[in-house]
Amino acid sequence: MANKTDYKNIWVYIETECGQAKPVGHELLNPARKLADEKQCQLIAVVIGKDVEEVAKTAISYGADSAILVDGPEYEYYTTDAFAGAMEQLIGKYKPETVIIGATNNGRDMGPRVSCNLKTGLTADCTDLAIDEETGNIAWTRPTFGGNLMATIMCPDHRPQMGTVRPGVFKKGAFDEGKTGEIVKEDIHIAESDIRTKLIERVKEVAEAVNLEEAEIIITGGRGVGSAEGFKTLQELADELDATVGCSRAVVDAGWMPHAYQVGQSGKTVAPKLYIACGVSGAIQHVAGMSGSDYIVAINKDEDAPIFDVADFGIVGNLFEVLPVLTEQIKKQRA
Amino acid sequence: MNILVCIKQVPDTNEIKIDPVTHTLVRKGVPSIVNPFDTYALEVGVRLKEQLGGKVVVISMGPEQAKEALKTCLSVGADDAYLISDRKFGGSDTLATSYILSSAVKAVEEKEGLKFDLILCGKQAVDGDTAQVGPEMAEHLDLPQITYALDIVYEDDKIQVKRECDDGYDMITTTLPAVVTVVKLPYEPRYATIRTKMAAKKKEIPTLTFDDLKTDEAYCGLGGSPTKVKGTYTPNREKNGVKLNGVEANDAGAQLAEWLQTNKIL
Ligand SMILES: Cc1cc2nc3c(=O)[nH]c(=O)nc-3n(C[C@H](O)[C@H](O)[C@H](O)COP(=O)(O)OP(=O)(O)OC[C@H]3O[C@@H](n4cnc5c(N)ncnc54)[C@H](O)[C@@H]3O)c2cc1C
Ligand SMILES: Nc1ncnc2c1ncn2[C@@H]1O[C@H](COP(=O)(O)O)[C@@H](O)[C@H]1O
Repeated sequence: MANKTDYKNIWVYIETECGQAKPVGHELLNPARKLADEKQCQLIAVVIGKDVEEVAKTAISYGADSAILVDGPEYEYYTTDAFAGAMEQLIGKYKPETVIIGATNNGRDMGPRVSCNLKTGLTADCTDLAIDEETGNIAWTRPTFGGNLMATIMCPDHRPQMGTVRPGVFKKGAFDEGKTGEIVKEDIHIAESDIRTKLIERVKEVAEAVNLEEAEIIITGGRGVGSAEGFKTLQELADELDATVGCSRAVVDAGWMPHAYQVGQSGKTVAPKLYIACGVSGAIQHVAGMSGSDYIVAINKDEDAPIFDVADFGIVGNLFEVLPVLTEQIKKQRA
Repeated sequence: MNILVCIKQVPDTNEIKIDPVTHTLVRKGVPSIVNPFDTYALEVGVRLKEQLGGKVVVISMGPEQAKEALKTCLSVGADDAYLISDRKFGGSDTLATSYILSSAVKAVEEKEGLKFDLILCGKQAVDGDTAQVGPEMAEHLDLPQITYALDIVYEDDKIQVKRECDDGYDMITTTLPAVVTVVKLPYEPRYATIRTKMAAKKKEIPTLTFDDLKTDEAYCGLGGSPTKVKGTYTPNREKNGVKLNGVEANDAGAQLAEWLQTNKIL
């Protein structure tokens, strides 16, 4: 077991692909900054990628004290062996006390590989982070049983303590362009022969990037929308409000929308200012992904639909009758 | 191709209720099912076997009751099943679970007199929802891994995996043996028939205990788990918001527009 006192500082892993940072890394710097201030330790951004020095600078502007940079051609696209290998070497050298990783598909691929290699604990898919007053350990809070139960988990005796955090749970902090910090370059390379998986093709199924996690307003359709065409009614309101359209899993299963638009436990976690759920029953797995929204509106035919329990404003009615009226009214308000 | 599928028996999370007094999960009367993602892992495993020959073996770590889940798997295409069960395994977190399961892989290989080319897991178990056991098994076994598989095709000693990503999918290849975790497939798992159910019922499911696996007790069970659950609570999301019932659509839409405006939401 590691000697705990050798381990210091909080790391946030900034995931990149093709030289671009995924938003969740920057989101995580915000809560991590608070934890680092509370613990009076350094907040360090760890950036692995190809041509990503700019990403390291951006991480400092979003609140990191300094950054560790691993740059190389083998990190252009994610592979388990290259990224986990580099991360393990970094952790071995610097001994961070805490490592926070975005719970993207790649983050959840790399995280357990690394934590298992280091024989330490990893808490998956957290939605809240705090410091346990008594022990100083990170208290990682996460939904289990499909969102029916929340659990708080700690890793008392092993270091580093690691966790993945869902994208969209935290908002980015302020961006301070002038903020400076050291960028430490680590020359770590993974031989091609040690990378056992090969990416042969990348297929985009969604025309434009779906940015549900960052949307201010989301209009979500469920099975009640009835068809892919039915989403036009939602899109009309979305255009008026400059909102993003989302959907439930039933819609993805029916093939009306791609998975990238799905909100919920096995889709995106979102926390917009306004969430309008239309024809969504409000299954726990769906609610788990959107209950952090500031205001929730529900439109559903069934007065007993559980979505009404979490709604600030509910309308029992037909979405195809209510939405056009709403769109018209808002147009009028704005005229 | 010899394939091992790790399956977990889980409560049907759609049926779970929260006790209004104690605010804890009511598990009584909640049906147990094979973790939905694992049923996909099994189906793609069985299809690969049907195409290439070999054997599909399922294992599950859990109490005696988990044999029911293993029987279900035997009735939909698995050839053999083993239960991994011991008091010493109780309370394992993902690191300990993956350690025990990877030791079980070796024990089952010995029992069956074969080597597994492919180890399949579901993407995640719907009770714990961690998605960690698969990658951690790959690490313990020092094998390549591909997570979030949407389909697996075999070609020239390699597998090609369609891996889910944010805005589409990646095609990834790897050599065997490998660990793959499965999200979904382009087809649904098969159903059991009366005949396959009968056959599964008759089939014996051996139990492998601590003594059958070459594991170090220090890394098993609650004591061998670096993470500890410090507490649980049920999220209270009830809002008691406005609810318009029986209001005509024109009126309801107008009231909503007004509410959005007065609360300065737009
Ligand atoms: C492991 C697991 C993970 C899951 N992950 C997710 C997830 O990430 N996201 C997710 O959404 N689900 C998820 N689910 C599925 C979830 O349990 C529900 O099945 C799903 O959310 C239901 O989608 P829905 O509300 O659109 O459909 P339904 O439950 O069928 O509800 C449709 C609703 O539309 C209403 N309606 C019909 N017509 C109209 C109309 N004209 N006007 C107004 N209302 C109308 C009906 O009254 C009904 O309430 C998951 C399930 C499991 C087991
Ligand atoms: N106790 C278990 N027995 C067998 N397989 C398991 C067990 N726990 C997890 N798994 C496998 O690992 C996958 C991921 O589980 P988890 O990491 O718990 O979300 C599951 O879909 C199963 O395939």
